[in-house]
Order: sequence, then C-alpha cells, then structure tokens
Amino acid sequence: MNASQSMVFSLVAVGILVCLPLIGVTAGMTSLFGVIIPYAAVVVFFVGIVARVVRWARSPVPFRIPTTCGQQKSFPWIKADNLDNPSDTKGVVLRMILEVLLFRSLFRNTRLEFYDGPKIRYASAKWLWLGAIVFHYSFLVVFLRHLRFFTEPVTPLVTLLESVDGFLEVGLPRLYISGLALLAGVTYLFLRRVSIPQLKYISLPSDYFPLFLIFAITATGLLMRYVFKVDIVGVKELTFGLATFHPVVPKGIGVLFYIHLFLVSVLFAYFPFSKLVHMAGVFLSPTRNLPNNSRMVRHINPWNYPVKVHTYEEYEDEFREKMIEAGLPVEKKE
Amino acid sequence: MYDAKKIVPGILIFVVLFTFPLWSNMGKAAPAPKPELPKTEKVCVMDTAYMKTEHMVLLNQWRDLVVRDANRLWVGPDGKEHFMSLQNSCMKCHSSKVKFCDQCHNYAGVKPYCWQCHIEPKENM
Ligand code: HEC
Ligand code: HEC
Ligand code: HEC
Repeated sequence: MNASQSMVFSLVAVGILVCLPLIGVTAGMTSLFGVIIPYAAVVVFFVGIVARVVRWARSPVPFRIPTTCGQQKSFPWIKADNLDNPSDTKGVVLRMILEVLLFRSLFRNTRLEFYDGPKIRYASAKWLWLGAIVFHYSFLVVFLRHLRFFTEPVTPLVTLLESVDGFLEVGLPRLYISGLALLAGVTYLFLRRVSIPQLKYISLPSDYFPLFLIFAITATGLLMRYVFKVDIVGVKELTFGLATFHPVVPKGIGVLFYIHLFLVSVLFAYFPFSKLVHMAGVFLSPTRNLPNNSRMVRHINPWNYPVKVHTYEEYEDEFREKMIEAGLPVEKKE
Repeated sequence: MYDAKKIVPGILIFVVLFTFPLWSNMGKAAPAPKPELPKTEKVCVMDTAYMKTEHMVLLNQWRDLVVRDANRLWVGPDGKEHFMSLQNSCMKCHSSKVKFCDQCHNYAGVKPYCWQCHIEPKENM
C-alpha cells in the first residue's frame, strides 16, 4: 500500500472500531462490550506477550553485535568508553537503563542535509527524541492515573500523580497536563510521519493504525473527562468489578465510555502482534543488552553441528606409501 | 530457550507488575458509595443526573459568576432562586461533606482542592 492508501485504510479501521460499540451498546450489548471483550483482550495481551518473548528467547544470539559509539576496552592506557561500549554487566545495565528510561539511541538521531550543491552534512535531530519522551511519559502518567478505577481504596500513588498533574488548577474538572501532552505527542508523531517524504514513503498501515488508535483513545478519554461527562461512579463499579472478578454492568454509563473501553481492549489485544511490542522488545535488543566482550570470551555458535574433519595425520596415514613412492616428504616415516 | 535465567524472571516481573489491580484487590469487594441525600429537601439546584456528572462544572460557573461578575444570585432551570455559594448553598442542603461529597470522591479518587480555603461544614456525627 502507498502512503495515502495506508492512511485511509487505518482511518477506516479505527472508524469501524468506534462504530461497533456505538451500535452494539445502543442495541443493549453492554456485557459484551463491558465485560467479555475486555477480559478476552487482557488474556490475549498476556499470552501474546509471553509467547512473543519466549519465541525471541529461543533464537540464539551466538555473537556480540558491537554497534557502539565508543572505544572498546583494550590496553589499560587507552581510555575505554564503559557506557557506550561496555565490556561487563555493570556497564550493560547502565546502558539499558539509559536506553529504556531516556531513549538514548533516539537522542543520537541525525538528519542528512544537502547544502552548497552536492555537499552533504549530518545535523543533529532531537525533535523525534523529544516527541517520543513527551508521548511515552505522558502515556505512562495517564496509564497510572487510571489505577484509580482498579484499586479501592485508591492507591496514594494516584492521588500524588493527580495533584502534580493537575497543579495548574485550571477549570473544573481540573485540567491534567498529561492528557494534553499525550494528545500533542501522538499528533506530533503522526505529523512527522506524513511531513517527511522519506518517512511517508516507508509508512504502512501498521504504522498509522496504532497512531490513530491511540489518538482515538486519547480523544475519547479527554472528551469524557471535559466535555460529555459520564457517570464516573458507575464506571468504577464496572472496572472494579472486572478487577475483582465480580463483573457488574451498572446502567446509565454513557456510550462514550464503552467506545473508550472497546478501543483500549483493541489496543491490548493488538499489542503483542504489532510494533507496539517494542515495550518488551527493547529489553531484548542484542545491540544494547550484550557486553562487547568478543575478545575476552569465546562465544560458541549453539547451532554448530559436529564438523567431519580429516586431519593431516590421518591423511598421511592414508596416503603414506604413495607419498613415499612419489618422493614426497612425510612426517612419520614407516 | 536461551538465557532462561534472565528471561523467566523478566516475564515474571512483567506479569506481576501488570496484574497489580488483580492481586492487590483480591477478595475485597468495595460497595458503590451511597452519598447521604438531604432529608429536608427534595430536589437539587439542577436535575439529579446532571448534578451527578457535572456538579463541578456548575461550581466553576458559580465561582466565575461570583468572583468575576460580582453576581451572587442564580436562577435555576426550575425558576427557583439560589444564592451562589459553595459553603452557604451546596453545603447548607448537603450538610455533611464526609457523608456526601467525600463518599463519591474517595471512591473515584478525586481530591478537590477547594477546602484549602473554603471551610467545610462542621460534622456532627
Ligand atoms: C455522585 C457522586 C458525587 C458526589 C455526591 C459529589 N461528587 Fe464531586 N465529583 C464526583 C466525581 C466522580 C468527580 C470526578 C470527575 C472526574 O474525575 O472526571 C467529582 C469531581 C468534583 C470536583 C472537581 C475536582 C477536580 O479537582 O477536578 C469538585 C470541585 C467537586 N467534585 C465538588 C463536589 C462537592 C462540593 C460535592 C458535595 C457538595 C460533591 N462534589 C459531591 C462525584 C461526586
Ligand atoms: C436546595 C438544596 C440543595 C442545594 C442548594 C444543593 N443540593 Fe445537591 N441535592 C439536593 C437534593 C435534595 C438531592 C437529591 C436529589 C434526588 O434524590 O433526586 C441532591 C443531589 C445532589 C447530587 C447527586 C447525588 C446522587 O448521588 O444522586 C450532587 C452531586 C449534588 N446534589 C451536588 C450539589 C452541589 C455541588 C451543590 C452546589 C452547587 C448542590 N448540590 C446544591 C439538594 C440540594
Ligand atoms: C485560594 C483559595 C481558594 C480556593 C483553593 C478555592 N476558592 Fe473558591 N473562593 C475563594 C474566595 C476568596 C472566594 C470569594 C468569596 C466571596 O467573595 O464570598 C471564593 C468564592 C467561591 C465561590 C462563590 C462564593 C461562595 O461563597 O462560595 C464558589 C462557588 C467557589 N469559590 C468555588 C470553589 C471551588 C469549587 C473550589 C475548588 C475547586 C474553590 N472555590 C477553591 C477562594 C478559594
């Protein structure tokens, strides 16, 4: 599919996903959309992720891939870069922490520029890094804030997050910065994809669909909080029922809530089969999680089959007489 | 499977973390809150369904009308006049914050910051 086809396809897919609960819940299928689908989605999420990780773990990584940006450890008088080219576990753990929490690889993103005719230069390009940080961290805060629907009494963590997130005290219900930041982040990630021609060229439905899905989830969430309010107490009865395995479906929760819940269910179920599984995959990146110790440790290829060898001694044993006859030098005469 | 010594704990940490809502509440059933409604009055300033979900919007409007426009009288949709005030109107009918507002708010995990300045009604329990 080309770029516009991919975009239209993903847009239509998300549109259909919005319509399904709209029609279903209006027709009274509240327990399907409120209980059965969320449970099924969560089961798919866990089974899918674990299966995916186990599948990754079954592929051998027989050698180290030192795509690093620093000096390897060698002579004591050459300064080694222990963070970018670690040779031990400690360095790797530090590198992984920086990677997972601060997206260090993305920080190194560069842009190729032409200037003065055919000359090129590489410039630093930090916007993607910034957008990713904003997107992921606001998503994390929003995600954690939702724990208020799944704990009773509500964990102090949520109360703390709410007071920090809403410290601007703008409007009632008070504005949470994370919600806006998430919307801005996902919008930026989309605009970036369509405004850079090279990026647009390689974008597929599997790139647009998660973006549109997350956009729709964010939009329905914000609408529910600030514009078309739903009965929050009823919502918590439903979600808490799910968490304690005593599902109940209170009457009179707005349909917007079911749309939101259905889109989130789709996100959960889609997660293990999509690019989103980089949440687990980042921990298994061989270029990040292996120390560069190729020169210190011998790594044996686990799929090596026993190779049939024919050593020189055996060769000589086999052909000794003929060699002596032909006057060739042999190591063992007789 | 390679590196099972790292993969298995990793998977366990993931599953335990992400199922936090399931195991942290195990066996606990939390009944929905029952805010104690006023005994002497029959109706709120707006209809109940609206009040349930949008009372904070109304409070915000009241606050703006009073503080910015110096307008303290408000006529409800039923034609009844109300004195716009958090302490002297809402809390006159809903005389207990603990038994009314807090019931829902604790359940929904919201902590309105209003009471840093506004004075809560005295609770006579
Ligand atoms: C039916 C349950 C219920 C009752 C009773 C109730 N509230 Fe609320 N209130 C809520 C819910 C739920 C929210 C949070 C809405 C959200 O998170 O989107 C809320 C939010 C608020 C907020 C906004 C808080 C913020 O920081 O965003 C204020 C202010 C508020 N309520 C005031 C009151 C007052 C004052 C009373 C008592 C007179 C009261 N409420 C009674 C359910 C209730
Ligand atoms: C004239 C007295 C009166 C005033 C003033 C008043 N209320 Fe009410 N309120 C009531 C009554 C009575 C009910 C119950 C209505 C019913 O049962 O249908 C009620 C219901 C509510 C509910 C819904 C509770 C539920 O779970 O059904 C909320 C929320 C609420 N009021 C908040 C407020 C807020 C906020 C204010 C101030 C802006 C306010 N009320 C002012 C009398 C009043
Ligand atoms: C920083 C202190 C402060 C905070 C916090 C605060 N207020 Fe007020 N509020 C005031 C003051 C001062 C007035 C003006 C009182 C007057 O003129 O009678 C006022 C007036 C009001 C009024 C109209 C007059 C009255 O008697 O109630 C409403 C309604 C109101 N506030 C609602 C709220 C709500 C709802 C919150 C929480 C979301 C809140 N306020 C938080 C200080 C505060």
